[in-house]
Amino acid sequence: MVIRRINSPQVIDLKMPDAHDVLFRTLADPTRRALFERLCRDGELTVGALTARAGVSQPAVSKHLGILKHAGLVRDRHEGRQTHYSAQLGALAPLVDWTSQMAGFWQSRFDHLEDLLKRMDQ
Amino acid sequence: MTNTATEPLSVVVEREIACPPEKIWRALTQPHLIEEWLMKNDFKPVVDHRFNLSADWGVVDCRVMSVEPNKTLAYTWAAYGLESVVTWTLTPTSTGTHLRMEQSGFRPDQQQAYQGAQYGWQQFFANLEQVLARLD
Repeated sequence: MVIRRINSPQVIDLKMPDAHDVLFRTLADPTRRALFERLCRDGELTVGALTARAGVSQPAVSKHLGILKHAGLVRDRHEGRQTHYSAQLGALAPLVDWTSQMAGFWQSRFDHLEDLLKRMDQ
Repeated sequence: MTNTATEPLSVVVEREIACPPEKIWRALTQPHLIEEWLMKNDFKPVVDHRFNLSADWGVVDCRVMSVEPNKTLAYTWAAYGLESVVTWTLTPTSTGTHLRMEQSGFRPDQQQAYQGAQYGWQQFFANLEQVLARLD
């Protein structure tokens, strides 16, 4: 997505809560990203169903699902001996926030840059 | 949302500034000037030079990608687990300079870092728009 804001000064700093960090690091792993994407696409799935097409072992899938769960990206539901996983789309909100935070950050930096340019060579 | 395969997560800020490109270039590339408007730094306008931008909230790891004096400057920007690229473009106008900054996350060239990936970031973000649409 592209966020364009021309000349709308805004003071904001770049500090992000740990949740952002966890989200980005969690999704930086291609296997985890693929698992999450599959849950987004196919809805609720069991560990077995996810393993069948993941290209890695079931323990590895379970480990990745644990990390996704910790990041709030998936939710698990126990039914008998099966555990079903589903994607939590709301957890992606920080990715959207990232663009608006950075847009605000750069707008304020542009303000400082313009102030500096006025002071230079005087 | 105008999410596209080539521009998955991108922030663009642009302004008309009543200064020649050469003057803006100095502010973008001289460490003591960068510090005044951006952050403390050990920047050098040399391709592949690694530098840090630091503030009280943390440090940004950067590497210079391209330098074309008075025209363009690009560096990587890694903070909080997110890799991105910041590209400055200076275009002379009749009254000064059109200054454009684009910060893009997960560019296609960054996918080299994820070789062997079953799904790249590109595909991920191509689907993300649909996913986010369902949040509303």
